[in-house]
Order: sequence, then C-alpha cells, then structure tokens
Amino acid sequence: MASGLEPKTARAEMAMAGARGVTSEMMSKQPRKDVIRNTIFGSILLLTIAVALAGLGLLIGKNLVDGASRLNLDLITHNNSSNPEEAGLRNGLIGTLWIMFFVVVMLVPLGVGAAIFLEEYGNRSSRLIRLIEVNIQNLAAVPSIIYGLLGLAFIARAPLDLGYVVITASMTLTLLVLPVVILASREAIRAVPASIREGSMALGATKWQTIRRQVLPASVPGIVTGVILALSRAIGETAPLIPLGAATFLTFTPGPFTEFTAMPITVFTWVKQPQPEFQTLAAAGVLFMIAVLVVMNSFAIWLRNRYEQSW
Amino acid sequence: MEARGFVASGPAALSRRLEAASPRYGEKAIFALLAGCAVLSVVTTTAIVISLVVPSIQFFGEVSITDFLFGTDWGPTFTPASFGVLPIVVGTLSVTLWAMVFAIPIGLGSAIYLSEYASRRVRRAVKPILEILAGIPTIAFGYFALIFITPQLQKIWPGHFLGGPPLLFSVLGGGLAIGLMIVPIIASISEDAMSAVPRGLREGAYALGATKAKVATRVVFPAALSGIVASVILGVSRAIGETMVVLIAVGSTPNLTLSPVESVQAMTAFIGTTATGDIPNGSTTYKTIFAVALLLFGMTMVMNLLSVRLVRKYRQAYE
Repeated sequence: MASGLEPKTARAEMAMAGARGVTSEMMSKQPRKDVIRNTIFGSILLLTIAVALAGLGLLIGKNLVDGASRLNLDLITHNNSSNPEEAGLRNGLIGTLWIMFFVVVMLVPLGVGAAIFLEEYGNRSSRLIRLIEVNIQNLAAVPSIIYGLLGLAFIARAPLDLGYVVITASMTLTLLVLPVVILASREAIRAVPASIREGSMALGATKWQTIRRQVLPASVPGIVTGVILALSRAIGETAPLIPLGAATFLTFTPGPFTEFTAMPITVFTWVKQPQPEFQTLAAAGVLFMIAVLVVMNSFAIWLRNRYEQSW
Repeated sequence: MEARGFVASGPAALSRRLEAASPRYGEKAIFALLAGCAVLSVVTTTAIVISLVVPSIQFFGEVSITDFLFGTDWGPTFTPASFGVLPIVVGTLSVTLWAMVFAIPIGLGSAIYLSEYASRRVRRAVKPILEILAGIPTIAFGYFALIFITPQLQKIWPGHFLGGPPLLFSVLGGGLAIGLMIVPIIASISEDAMSAVPRGLREGAYALGATKAKVATRVVFPAALSGIVASVILGVSRAIGETMVVLIAVGSTPNLTLSPVESVQAMTAFIGTTATGDIPNGSTTYKTIFAVALLLFGMTMVMNLLSVRLVRKYRQAYE
C-alpha cells in the first residue's frame, strides 16, 4: 500500500483485492508434491542424526552397563595384573601422564613456533611456505600406525637409538599431533587484526616484541584449545605405540626415563583377553578413557567459545 | 631505550633513528628458531619417507614387485612365505567400503539437518556433542564392534543373506564401527561448508517458491560440494588408516574375499599384529611391514592430494 497505486474507486479496489487474492492463492502454496517430498526429506534427515546420536549413545551405554561393576577407585589405584580381579589402570595412567608431560614440553614450543613463523614471517607466495603448508596438510592425513613405524625405525632404533622408553613414545606422539596444534595456533594468530601489530610497530617495538607482547597474548585461548585437543588425541592413540614395544603386559610403574606403558595399551591388553572378567574390566577401562577425553574436549570447546574474541 | 635516544637526539637525527639501533641479533636468532620449528614438518615427512622406502627397497630386492602387488596369497610369516599383498589390500578396501556406506548418508544427512533444518538452539546443542564425540578413542569403537555391533548383527541376520550371519570377527562389524567413528568428521566439516554458503542464495530460492528440501539439495548442497567432497575423502583416508578397530573386530585371517560376513586382515591390522617392539631388525618380516606401510602411506597420500585438488578446483569464492 506504500506505492502510488491507491485504489480510487470501489471497482478498482475490488479488482485489486481480487488480484491480490489470486496472487497469494497461486504463489503462497507450494505444490502438494513438493510439500510431501519436503516432509519426507526432513524426516529422513532427522532419522540420520538420530542414528548417529543413538550409535554414539549406545557405545557409551553398552560400556556403562558392562563395566559398571568395575567402575570404582580400584580401577585407577591398582596396577595392571594377569589376575583380572586385581588388575587396574594405575601404571598405565602414570605412563600416560609421563608421556604427556614430555609431549607438552615439546609440542607447545614446536607447534606455536611453526605457526608464528608461517603467519608472521612467512611470505604466502614463497615456495618454502607453500611446501611447508602442503606438508602439514599431508602429515595430518598420515595413518597413526605409520608414525609408530617412524618411531620404531628412527627414534627407538638407529639413528636416534633411544630404545623403547617414555621419551620415544612422547616424540612419536608429538610428531603425530603437531599438525593439530599448528593449524589451531595459525587460526588464532590470524584472527588478531593487523592494526594491533601496526600500532605496536609504530611505537617502535621490534617484530618479536610485537609478537611476544601483543599477538601471542591475544591468541592464547585459541592456542590452548588446540593444545588440549591435540593432547586428547595423543592420550587416546593406541596404534602408534604398538610398534614401539608397548603391546606387552607390563605391570611395573613407569617413571620418566623407564620403559613405558600407557592407558590405551593397558585397555587393549584387556580387550584381547578371553575371560569375561577381563571383558568387564575392558568396558570399565574404555569408559574411563572416554570420560577423560570427553572432559578434555568439552573444556577445550568451552574455552574456545568463551574466549572467542571478535575485534 | 628507543624513547630515550629519540628525546636526546632530536628531530635532526629522526631519519637515522627510524632504522634499527642495533643489528638485532636476537631477532635474527628468533627468526631462525621459528623457521626451524616450521621446517620440522618437512623433516618429519622426509623421515617418514626414508624410514618406509629404505626397508622397502631391500624388501623388493628379495621379493619381486609384481609378486607383491598382484599375488593373491598373503602369508609372510608362514613357511614357505608368500607375499601377495592383494588379500590385505582388498581387506582394507572392503572395510572402508562398509564404513562409507554407513558414514556418508548418516554424516551428510546430519550435516544437512543441522545446517538447513535445525533451529539455532538444536544446532548449538548438537554441534558441540558431535565435536566432543570426535574425541572418543578408536579402541572404544573397536571394542563396541566386538561386543555390540557384530553380536546384534548375528541376532537380526536374515538367514542366508550374503552367505549367512557375520562371524565374530567380520568386515561388516568393523566397517560399521569405523563408519560410526567417521560420522562426526563428515558431519562437522560438511556442516561448516554448508553454513558458509551465503544466505542470499537460499533466500533467492525461497523467493522462487522452493521448499526447504529443494533449497538444501539443489542450492546449498552443490554450492558446498567442495567442502563436502573434502570431508568424505578425509573420512575415507581415516578409514583406510584406522588400526585399532580392524585389529580388534575384523580379525587377522588374510582371506581374499569381498564377503562382508567373513573375517579378513586389513593392511593396518597386519602392521599392528606383526610390528611389535621385539621384531628383529633386517629380517624379511621387518621389511615386509615397511613395504605394506609404504603402500598404505601412498594410498592415503593420493587421497589427500586428490582432496586438495578437488577443493581447489570446485571451490566457490563468495564475497
């Protein structure tokens, strides 16, 4: 009615009302076939997401039911043992903690350093940078067991020849999850607006001072999120540790420089046992691992959403 | 330091002061250090390639490459040993096939639902759940296949369909578990790609009278195709490289079969069962592991390069 076509006479008014009625009759109703198809399509989509969530719910529920009787403190206060009544995750957990300690020590400087180099020093068109980028992408797609073979051939045996110790596992897992941290840190660094850097440089700060005092503090939440996600991946990885000599039934408590065992390896040894007592234990162990990793991932995602900064 | 120098020297010396007051060796050292971190990725790749290729070359000195690639009998630890890799390659591919048969419809359906149909509240609740579930360890999926999926399949199996119910270790059970594992990856990446399609395209289609289903399938889906394809390829390469699920639930009998109800050995399962820490350096078995791993590495590398190329080729740049 905002246009200049106000009806002048009753006839014109009637004609316009009629036209409006016909238009809305013709245009607002979608063909019946389309409406039916739309409803069917929507229901199928709802079904797919229900299947996905149900599958994952069943996975957790089944382990919860099976493992309920072993879900108590004994699970993490007993060392692994060949007697299923006595066995627990304690030494596996301690081994995982030592491995992760060294992973963090190596992962954070290497990952953040690489990200800073690529974002702040790299010239996007330079061939070296492009090579590194494609490389990181490729590394992220390499199957984890191949990292295990790398660890076996390069780190545990010659040329590094460290043997089957905690640090060998840490180095292997660091290489495995490094792309996660690099990608997350790059995104966090890229999100810091150029004006912040320019302001800092204009005040006479050097490049490194700018990065150290302006860019890095602003990108900490993104980097921490990446590190936590990487660690949760490293904790859950079983396959790369198998070639590093971890697949055996270890019952001692690992220290920082001893041979290693790890939580997923302990659970794997239980999964392989035929006795029903071990199956119960395996369900409880799987559930404990899921709980640890879900808590870590939730925290990382909460952190990302909480500190997501828009400039 | 800079500020004091500036005040003392005055405007006459301004042009000189704009240059660094010292050679800044520290900055150069930091540059070198950071460059070193970035180059580590190239070193890693090189190390992977060397560690796989060197034993593989020695392996192909003992076993002919055609016997390896086209042989149909796999028994490298038996006497007499046979090195035809086809059974375990087919094993890997058929597990991957069943994983994708489950994961592509479920993952893409979930992605379309979240991106086009779900209300803001549902999306904000379900998306983080999918992301969190992406963190469930792979060993959990393997165990789930062994204690739940396969037994349930055996219960509901219709008679002699596909040659009878699946064995306890079966392609189908493991494949479905891997499929479930991959759903969050496909759903999450595809949903990102679909959400990135500009609103204007959707609104244009709605204005022409399209239903949600038509907008989703004929506008949003094609516009987000590069991201969707990338998510599927990433899923395939995850399925090919997955070790724990096939180790726990698919078995270690290298049958050359396409049947989903039988037990096979996947490439990763062979590596996982054979490559234990105590394997003697330089033995034929040791070299065999690396030859299989090289083939696996090649397969995932091809998938990844393919995905990079497809994304670049079909990427629609909006704005």
